[in-house]
Amino acid sequence: MRTVRAGVRSFSELKLTRKLGVVLIGALALSSCNPTFGAYRGATTQGKDIFSLYQGFWYTAIGVAIVTFGALLFVVIKFRRKNDAIPVQRHSNVPIEVIYTVIPAVIVAVLFFFTVKVENRVTAVSAAPNLRVKITAFQWGWRFTYPNGASVVSQGANYPQMVLPVGETTTVTLVSQDVVHGFYIPEFNFSRYALPGFTNYFDLNPTKVGTFIGRCSALCGLYHSEMLFSVRVVTPTQFQTWLSQQKAATA
Amino acid sequence: MTIAAESKTIEHGGASHNGEPTGMYKWLTSTDHKVIGKSYMYTSLVFLLIAGSMAMIIRAQLMSPNGHVVSQQMYNELFTIHGSIMLYLFAGPFAFGGFANFILPLQIGAPDMAFPRLNALSYWLYLTGGTTMLLGFFTAGGAAAFGWVAYAPLSSYTNAPGPGPDLWIIAIALTGFSGIFTAVNLVTTAFYLRAPGLTMFRMPIFTWSMVVTGMLILIAFPILTAAMIMLYCDRHLGTHFFTVSGGGSPVMWQNLFWFFGHPEVYILALPYFGMVSEIVPVFSRKPVFGYKGLVFATLAIAALSTGVWAHHMYTTGTVLLPFFSALSLLIAVPTGIKVFTWIGTMWGGNISFKTPMLFVIGFIVTFVMGGMTGVMLASPPIDFAVHDTYFVVAHFHQVLAGTAIFAGFAGFYYWYPKLTGRMLRESLGKLQFWMAFIAFNLTFIPQYLAGLRGMPRRVPVYLVQDHVTFLNQLSSVGAFVTFLSFVVWLVNLWVSWKKPIAAGDNPWDGHTLEWGTSSPPPHHNFTSLPPIRSQRPVWDANHPEHADHLNHELPKKEAIRR
Ligand code: HEM
Repeated sequence: MRTVRAGVRSFSELKLTRKLGVVLIGALALSSCNPTFGAYRGATTQGKDIFSLYQGFWYTAIGVAIVTFGALLFVVIKFRRKNDAIPVQRHSNVPIEVIYTVIPAVIVAVLFFFTVKVENRVTAVSAAPNLRVKITAFQWGWRFTYPNGASVVSQGANYPQMVLPVGETTTVTLVSQDVVHGFYIPEFNFSRYALPGFTNYFDLNPTKVGTFIGRCSALCGLYHSEMLFSVRVVTPTQFQTWLSQQKAATA
Repeated sequence: MTIAAESKTIEHGGASHNGEPTGMYKWLTSTDHKVIGKSYMYTSLVFLLIAGSMAMIIRAQLMSPNGHVVSQQMYNELFTIHGSIMLYLFAGPFAFGGFANFILPLQIGAPDMAFPRLNALSYWLYLTGGTTMLLGFFTAGGAAAFGWVAYAPLSSYTNAPGPGPDLWIIAIALTGFSGIFTAVNLVTTAFYLRAPGLTMFRMPIFTWSMVVTGMLILIAFPILTAAMIMLYCDRHLGTHFFTVSGGGSPVMWQNLFWFFGHPEVYILALPYFGMVSEIVPVFSRKPVFGYKGLVFATLAIAALSTGVWAHHMYTTGTVLLPFFSALSLLIAVPTGIKVFTWIGTMWGGNISFKTPMLFVIGFIVTFVMGGMTGVMLASPPIDFAVHDTYFVVAHFHQVLAGTAIFAGFAGFYYWYPKLTGRMLRESLGKLQFWMAFIAFNLTFIPQYLAGLRGMPRRVPVYLVQDHVTFLNQLSSVGAFVTFLSFVVWLVNLWVSWKKPIAAGDNPWDGHTLEWGTSSPPPHHNFTSLPPIRSQRPVWDANHPEHADHLNHELPKKEAIRR
């Protein structure tokens, strides 16, 4: 009996430490080169937060993948049929079952903790933003309305451009005039539905000057794929100049 | 104890003993669960090919940024009906209508289902519903084009006029009723018609999965049917459930739809998990590892699945994010338990990699990949970044389509000998597996990247400057080869039809009762039953020295020693 027990313990301890070691070293190596895993790094403070959360999920996923696929590969190679023997008819092993229930539970608890942290930052709406923009989605275009009454709107095949100041907080008020649309800027790592009859509020804090593509993410009918816009992020002074020009143009 | 083997001859077409009807007439009038089960299976596989062909057109359109294979309107109709067929008419009915019908009564030693006529009604409702959905293409305005989720108010009469959307609504309602009836039938059968000795905790995991799925259907499908009726009333009878102007709420539709829709994805997945839990032990020559844990994991998945619907609605800004993300993340735990029990079953086994087992391995690999991206999507901030992009398309195809295709074909190759008394060819089966496995992942892994680059779903055109053209081409090529793998499967069927190889009663050394009768089984399934003293009566009978009930009598340490 003792031999059986000891065998089980040394086996699981060895395997576990080795696997954990591999996972840790792998995670360290990865984080030192700061990979994107295919995503944008985010051109707003919110987008950056989301990006690092995404990275964290990836490190976890890699760890889980190494353990799961490692175990699968191991059994597939080690226990492939070589003879006609009937193996030991083992029905269960409670300690191992507890381990593979508790470890995943702990992992998701940690993921949840970071999720809530980032979520609270991303969905926070400032009480005193530098700018408020009202965005109205419609089939099949966008209207961006600024506090001074200036507005930019889709016209025919011309995609409208929203202009935002860098380093400042903009609170967006988002509604839809008809069906459900999705306000989506890939490089901001952000999207939010524009709903009829319900107003959404969220903040954008651009950190990078440049022009970014924006589009509708929620199927909204025939020309859904052509409901594009762009976002130009400029310095606050450039922004003020642009805004007064717009006002003059609209007036 | 030997198992009574009745007739070893291969029956062509329909059975002809006892003056039973044969051929077409038998198919039309039968209330035999085996005939209905096969009808379900072959009908749903035809739907797989139809919806698969639609996917080919979609992928052809996406080969280049400005494809001109179909019009924008047609594109929207195609993905809507592709998704609707795959979910409502293929993945669900294939497992829950087909396999469950054929296998569940056999596994519990029952002569038929509890309500054979209701069973026939289910099938005919399903066939009618499926045909109704396809008829949409022949109406003047075309088929429904608002996605399989039919978000209000895009699905209102103003935004989606014409009879096509109505046919879609009616089709879903009909198949919904069909599913509810089958659920009532299967749950009743499993509760009341089990053979003597077959206690609940001796039911095979496959049967357990079907019972739990049946209960989930009874929770979720009535909501869907009700929502469809409300939508129909909004469209034609002047009600305002989902229109803002009349005081209704479009988001209400999303709540109702996903309250059905999320349990639905587990309704689609659990039966396949059940099949996998049958196949892994048989090909490893071991009992399933952690049986009770597996049963409780199944129940836990079902329970949690009714509380996660709003993770499809994170970006609406109308839901309590922490609650739904906590439950959605939590569901990874019982799902993980399943994967680990499968690996645990193989551990220390003597595994033979016949075609069914290969498909099972393909399923596990694909499912775990899709599961990990699912955990990412359960986190609202990450979902904000990729919601409604190809990242999501890739995720749900890996978990859902991967499950239905890989676990589904595993089950098909595994039980086909029982269905027909013939074997399928191993060589063709392996060819089909490797083509499908490589091509399927070639189709969907690039889509994750396309989604992360910002390619939204449900678009017939995309921008050159998005740099997703090459990814889409990879994906399309993968899709075409995946489809070719289905052709290999058809060839396999044809060969087995033309040049039959007799299967015998129990070609895989199966464990559960269905392998204790002839292939195909006689009219009322069993002429005699082996004694049922464990979860694996047929194994016990064939391997008396390794029988499960012996193990329990041994002192514990004896039982674990290698
Ligand atoms: C043969 C392999 C398959 C291929 C190549 C394929 C391909 C596609 C493509 C290209 C889309 C359209 C994506 C878009 O435009 O947003 C799509 C949508 C979809 N597919 Fe598949 N698919 C396959 C199998 C399946 C299976 C087996 C299922 C389910 C069990 C499935 C379920 C869906 C669903 C639910 C949608 C969403 C429809 C919508 O947006 O409303 N697919 N598929």
